[in-house]
Amino acid sequence: MVLALTATGIVIVALLGELLAPRIEERVERFRAGRRRLPETADVDPGRDRRAEARARLLLKSCVNDEEWAMYRDLGFIRVWSHGTGRTTAYLIYPHKPILAYVPQTGRLLSEHCVEFPDETRPYGSARLPDSDDVLAKWMALTGDERRLLASANMHLPGRQIDPRQVKRDLWRLRQWERERGRAGAVAGDGGVPAF
Amino acid sequence: MRPGHGEVLIAEGDVDVAAEEELLVAEFARQLDSGMWAAVPVTDARSGRREAQMARSFEEVPRDAERVIFFPRASGGR
Repeated sequence: MVLALTATGIVIVALLGELLAPRIEERVERFRAGRRRLPETADVDPGRDRRAEARARLLLKSCVNDEEWAMYRDLGFIRVWSHGTGRTTAYLIYPHKPILAYVPQTGRLLSEHCVEFPDETRPYGSARLPDSDDVLAKWMALTGDERRLLASANMHLPGRQIDPRQVKRDLWRLRQWERERGRAGAVAGDGGVPAF
Repeated sequence: MRPGHGEVLIAEGDVDVAAEEELLVAEFARQLDSGMWAAVPVTDARSGRREAQMARSFEEVPRDAERVIFFPRASGGR
């Protein structure tokens, strides 16, 4: 009788041990973690990306045309005309999104050109350029050597990454924006910017 | 321009001073060797519009260029 009870007790203790052991282990880990010294955070600078972006915006502004800078500031993208095909094709440059080719006269979307500017050395721990630097890199590569950039990119049909409805909205916003600028320019007497 | 850091001044000098030009040439080559592209912001004489001129060698940089911008070489993205 005693032997049977003892055996039953041992089984119960073993089963409870199986159930409780992970919880106990977790509690112990939590306790240890709570007492552990946090790693030094002197090299983590939460404002670094923000400062990098601020510098990048200044650099972008100093390189692109005034109209393009105002477009980026107000709308969040830049339109660049294709060099090789007259004004029959244009591109929309968004930060960290594919370059979108379209027909300005009709608004028809042609293609998405996926391109990145990875820094293989990664000396600062991040693989991404600041947003405005990404836009500037695309702008420089497009205006400087459109063919080479497009040859480097992966081309896809429109709609793969950028929602065509968003692009339609952006093109509509761009037309409104250019009309406003045109009107403001006419009032100021400088002829304004033609709307496409 | 560098990921996570933005614009970084790499070198500066006067191309009319031989020693400084030598320094600029060496730095230009070093940047291209490390996989960067070089571009010079210029203004088109006819249209007056700003654009970039890509430079594959130091000789392609206009002598009156105020700056050369290096940025990571483009590659196909997803």
